[in-house]
Order: sequence, then structure tokens, then C-alpha cells
Amino acid sequence: MIVKEKPKAFYDTFERKGAGQKVTHYCPGCGHGTAHKLIAELLVELDIQDRTIFLSPVGCSVFAYYYMDTGNIQCAHGRAPAVGTGIRRTHKDAILISYQGDGDLAAIGTAEIIHAANRGENMTVFFINNAIYGMTGGQMAPTTLEGQKTLTTPLGRSSGRDGNPIGMAELMNAIKAPVYIERVSLSTAGKVLKARKVFKKALENQIEKKGFSFVEVLSPCPINWKMDPVEARSWMQAQLEPIYPVKNFRDESLLPPPHDDTLPQMEEKEMKQLLSAGGAIPEGKNPAPDLEQRVKIAGFGGQGVLSAGVLLANYAIARGYQATWLPSYGPEMRGGKANASVIFSSRAIGSPVVAVPNVLIALNTPSLISFEPDVERGGLIMVNSTLISDKVKREDVDVLYIPASEMAKESGVMATANVIMLTIYLKYKGLADTEILKKILPLSVKRKDAVAVNLKMMEKALTYFEEELT
Amino acid sequence: MSEKVKQLIKGNEAVIYGALMGGATHFFGYPITPASEIAHGAARYFTLSGRHFLQAESEVAVINMLYGAAGAGARVMTASSGPGMSLMAEGLSYIAGAELPCVVVDVQRAGPGLGNIWPEQSDYNITVKGGGHGNYKSIVMAPHSAQEMCDFTYQAFELADKYRITVIILADAYIGQMMEAVEIPEKLLEGERKDWALYADKESRENLVTSILMDPQLQSEHNWKLQDKYERISREFCLWDELECDDAEYLLVAYGISSRICHSAVEELRKKGIKAGLLRPKTLFPFPEERLKELAGSASKVISAELSNGQMAADVERLCGGICPTERLCWLGGIVPSVQEISEKIESWAEGESK
Ligand code: SF4
Repeated sequence: MIVKEKPKAFYDTFERKGAGQKVTHYCPGCGHGTAHKLIAELLVELDIQDRTIFLSPVGCSVFAYYYMDTGNIQCAHGRAPAVGTGIRRTHKDAILISYQGDGDLAAIGTAEIIHAANRGENMTVFFINNAIYGMTGGQMAPTTLEGQKTLTTPLGRSSGRDGNPIGMAELMNAIKAPVYIERVSLSTAGKVLKARKVFKKALENQIEKKGFSFVEVLSPCPINWKMDPVEARSWMQAQLEPIYPVKNFRDESLLPPPHDDTLPQMEEKEMKQLLSAGGAIPEGKNPAPDLEQRVKIAGFGGQGVLSAGVLLANYAIARGYQATWLPSYGPEMRGGKANASVIFSSRAIGSPVVAVPNVLIALNTPSLISFEPDVERGGLIMVNSTLISDKVKREDVDVLYIPASEMAKESGVMATANVIMLTIYLKYKGLADTEILKKILPLSVKRKDAVAVNLKMMEKALTYFEEELT
Repeated sequence: MSEKVKQLIKGNEAVIYGALMGGATHFFGYPITPASEIAHGAARYFTLSGRHFLQAESEVAVINMLYGAAGAGARVMTASSGPGMSLMAEGLSYIAGAELPCVVVDVQRAGPGLGNIWPEQSDYNITVKGGGHGNYKSIVMAPHSAQEMCDFTYQAFELADKYRITVIILADAYIGQMMEAVEIPEKLLEGERKDWALYADKESRENLVTSILMDPQLQSEHNWKLQDKYERISREFCLWDELECDDAEYLLVAYGISSRICHSAVEELRKKGIKAGLLRPKTLFPFPEERLKELAGSASKVISAELSNGQMAADVERLCGGICPTERLCWLGGIVPSVQEISEKIESWAEGESK
């Protein structure tokens, strides 16, 4: 043992374990004690004890927090790299030590470790590989050797059935972002000394904010290997190290150094501006007549049906109404049937679903066929007569045939047929306030360069209404 | 002059507005329909306002990122839907055990399995009753409008910090997709330093965030402490809304999109002279138990209306047992009932009784 005195980052008594406790829970000859002490010493040596947050895994080292006099967070099995990611995004200068066993890191937590590595999270991972599950009493680990007997491979691990020993350092080495990947062993005093250097480097990298460092530590578990501590160390050299070569895999990242592009935190005023940019609905002065309109706008996907609904809802709110907008898509987003349900009302709106519209704006034939029967008696059906040659069969509704697509052709933007239909609808209902409509258009038209052409079509619709419908 | 601004936005977007004004600093997410717009909005607005957004590799990672950031003292959130909620069950249990404040938005879709993206309210049990392993609860808020998506999320961060608990905003595909006028909250809130959290500094060095207590006695004490907390929350906080309840003979109980449809049904029925009312829980835990019992006392039927096989109804029936007969109106698979369907059903009961 190279450690002569207890490192200062190690508690004198383990109060987190229970009042006055002085013995660790690790078995005699276990590698965890050695690895813990190396880390604890380095926390003091590198003067990072106060800002270290130790991530305890699930496994024998779940109780690392008993011993380490640092901030500590106990993580769900395998999830420490994700937990560390959460902390990293909160405290830039924290030192994060993720200390994980082979079940934790190489089995249940493979997704989390790979993605934390791939993001190049600035953290240090100590991966304790003892080729077995310790805490649960000696079952097969992903790192268990071919032929090795465990409680769940009583006849020895068979690759055909149980898979092969997995080299995590090698796997890490396939990812570009990590800055440092090395495998060490605790099998001899000399190798422990070497491990200490590697541990130190892995922590220094983090202090310098270089990124993700990964240290795989071959570590004895005599109790579950059913060996005495000396035997265990010989077995490591004879069996474990040939399969898991002790070496450096990488010393610097294969990617350019990470840069922090976090923007400065906005204060209240800026935040409110950000959240209301472009969307503020002007307060309409005109008193709105008391009514409830349940409008169904229906057509092909890509005809701008949904944004027409948005325009109508925005307009209604600006006129002092309550409004809801609900989309409905056909099985395909484009080219299929799309419809928007808009309700606006002088009173609170219950259901936003328009099952019985009192206004149907049909932009294509299938829409007319689908929704004509649903329209309320006395309601209004508006037909885009350019695309729909059918006539409305119902006799208990008002019908307007508008060659909207034909009129829109001139603008070069077919979706302006919507604005034409809506303008005429509002005019017909005595609801049109062109000043408000003009203010609302830019809120509802996604492409800002399309505002002008929509305005033009609105004017055209107004003229059409005056000439053809009055 | 009031600076109040109204905007027409989706419920899912309103969540982001409420969150940022509520002091959220971290959003960890994973795309899933019909909640994805929340992640889209977060990616944009959290980033632009100098907060943090990260798309994780899975919901399992998401919830553990929340665990880490909440443990580090931040105001954290995510948004998901059924399949994601299932994956997060483990982490939510750890969060409950370690008593971390988190906000989770569940925009419910139809299940089980992959189901579909249309609305169901079938995550009631996994949110209201816990969901992961162990005896724990979350505060569950049930918005019925885009404004409430904003306001409840805003309030959720304060509640989460106050009680060191997960607050779940239980919405559904319709409430998430529907656009309505929304006003942004007035005041930008900010979380305070927590004496139990990890700040990677000397003052917090002794702090330990954990859910493991090896000594059964200690675990028992901790678990009872959690139960006391849930009790305290039920005493201190519960929100609901009433529509025509005072003289209601047919009392509907519904939340989220179902409550919107019931709202219209109540209006229809009142026009026909049928005394219908709607009790709308805005919080599902705590549930407005006392008020429900009180109203049940003078009703001739209490009717649960929901898009599930009766998950909430089971609670309503338990509470109304012996006080008033109960009925269930249930829809599954993403089917949303029409107003007519509900009002006709109640009409038929009313006719039956007057015979
Ligand atoms: S079971 Fe193995 S790894 Fe666990 S403490 Fe004992 S020797 Fe160490």
C-alpha cells in the first residue's frame, strides 16, 4: 500500500454511513479502497476538494459518499454520465467524478456513457472493471472473461450464449471527442503508482476544461472471484490483463477544443421582449357583435389551410373575441386533407372541436364532400369555385361560390386564396375591419416577404365583394 | 399603461413562455409527438435567453440530467408523452426519493405501447399515483387551455422548490396543439439558493443528494416524512374550477380536453333546463376531494368524463361512494367525444328520472 496516511478528502469517521463508523464496507483486498484513496489524495493535492461533486453509482461503490468528503450525488444504475451532464450544465467549474463499475457503465449504462463521451462532457470517469458484479453477489458482468465462473455462468461464460468480454476503453476510443483514454491496473504496487499518475492527468484535464477523460481501472474483487487477495492479483496479471491490455489509448481529443457558446442570461425586460417578438396582437377598438362562429377551413395540405385559421383566430382576438384554433391533418402532412377548426365567440369557449360548423370554407372538392353534411342549418358554405365544380346540394344553408384560386393566380402565390376567402367571409358577415386585418396579416403569414402579396389579395377580395356580392 | 401582450400560440409553446418566466434555467428533452413543439420552443428560447437546452439520447438520460441539474440547485424541466413517461419512471422515482424539485410536462397520447398521437388521458395513474417504484407522489396540474399551460408551468417551479417535489403538468394532445390567446406572466421569477443542493463550493460540500438509506429504520423515517409532506400538500394546496355547480343535479367531473367538451355540454343542457354542472380539477394531486363530496351530497348523479378506461373515475367513485350514484363516460384510443354525445347521455338519464 503506497498510501501512508489518510487523505484529507477522506472522512475520519464515516458519519454518512452511520454515527461513529470507522470501517469501510469494502471486502479485504478489494480494489475500491485503493482507487478511492488515490482519488481522495489527488483531490487535496490538486486543491479541488471543495468544488468536487462525486457521482456515486449503483454497485459496491454506491457508498463512495460514506468516505469522500465532497459534495455527493448518488445516481441510478448506469445513469451517472447523464446526471453529470445535468450538473455540468449548471456549474461550469465543478469537478465531476463519475466512478462506475462494470455493470453500471458497461451494461445498463452504455447509452449514457457513450453519449456523454460523444458530447465531450468535461468530466472524469473512473471505470472500475473487476470482471464481475460485486454488490449483488458475483454474477456475470459484460467484462467477465470467457470461461469465467460466476453465479449466472456456473459452467463458465460461453461467448456463444453470453456474449464476449467487452473492452470499454477500446469502445471509447472509437469516439472522437474524448481527450484522454487509458486503462490501468491495480494488480501490483508499481501499477498502482502508474495508476495514480493517470488519475491525476484525468483530473487535471478537467481542471483545464479540456473535456472528457476516461480511465478504465482493472481492479480485484477477491471475494467474488473466490480467491485470496494475493491470488486475485496474480489472476489479474495472468488472465485479465492479456484480455484488457493496460495502456494509453489516447492523449488528446481528435476534435478541436470545445468552446462555450452560452449566451448571457437575459433579464426580465429582454425576456419579455424575446417572448413577445412578432406575435403581439393589437387591441381592437371596434366593439364586436355578440356571436359565436365555428369555422372549418378545409383543403389540401400545402394550401395554407392551417395558417388561414391562424389568421382568422388572430383577427378575432384583435376584435375582442375569445378564439381557439385546432389543426387536423390527414394521414399525410402534405397533399392529403388538412383542416383547421377555428371558434371565436363573445363568451368562454368550451370544446375547441368544430363538429357542427356554422361556417365551412371548402378549398377543394373532397373537403366539400366531407364537411357539407355537417354544416349547421342556416350556416354558410364558401366554395372555392376554381377547384370545385360541384354545387352545394344543401338548401338550408347560404352558399358563396368564389373563384379564389383563379383570383390568387395573379399573385403567383396560390395560398393567398385563403386570404381572399377569409376577407370575403368577414365582409359577408359584417365583421371585416380592414385596418385590423392589415395589422394582423404580418402576424399570421409565416414568410415575411409574402405579406405584401397577401395584402394585395385582401384588397382584391374587397373589390370583388363590392362588385360581385353587393 | 399596461404592457400586457396577447399572443396566439399553441399550448405547447405556452409551456415554454411560462417556464422561462417561472425561472426555469434548464430544459433537457427528447422529441416525441405530440410534445415535440415544447422541445422546439425550448431549443430556441432557452438558448436565446442564456438558459440551457440539451437534446439527450433518450428519456432515460433526460430524467437523469434533470436529477443532476436539480441536485445542483437549478430549476429544471422536460416535456414528453406516454412512451417517454414510461422510460422516465425510474428517474422520477429517484427524484422523489432524493426530494428534488423538477417540472415534467406530459402531453398525453393514446397507449398502450406506441399507440397513436391522438389524445388520451390514460397517464392519470402513472402521474397521479406515482408511476415508478416506491411510495411517492407528484403534484399533478391539469391545464385546459393554452393560458393555463403557461400559467401552471410558471407556478410549477415555485411549487417544486417549495415542496422539493416533481410537479407534472398533465396535458393532452389537444391542449398541446390548440392555439389560443396567451398573456405572458408579469414577473420573471428566479430560484433561490437551496441549502441542501450541490453548488460545487465549500458551503455545500457536506451536501449529499441520495435516495438510498440502507438502515430500514432510517428508510422508514424518510418514507414517513415523504408521506407527511404529501399530506401537508393536500392540506395547503388544491385548485379547481366550477361551472354551474351550486345547484347541479348532474355533476360532471373532467379535466383537460374532456373538461372543455363537458363545459359546452353543460351549457347545452342548461339551455334545455337540465341542471348540469362541471367540477374541473386543476390539480389531480391534490384532488378537490372535499368539494367533490360536498357537491355529490346534493347531486343526483356524479359523472366522470375522461379519455381513459376510468382511471380518474375510480377516484371519483371512491370519494362519492355512499353519497351519490356515479357514472363513467369513457373514450379510448384517441377518440374525442362530441358535445352532443355527452349531453344526449345526460338528457337520457334526466328523462329516465323524470318518468
Ligand atoms: S464484492 Fe468485490 S468489488 Fe465489492 S467490495 Fe467486495 S471485493 Fe470489492
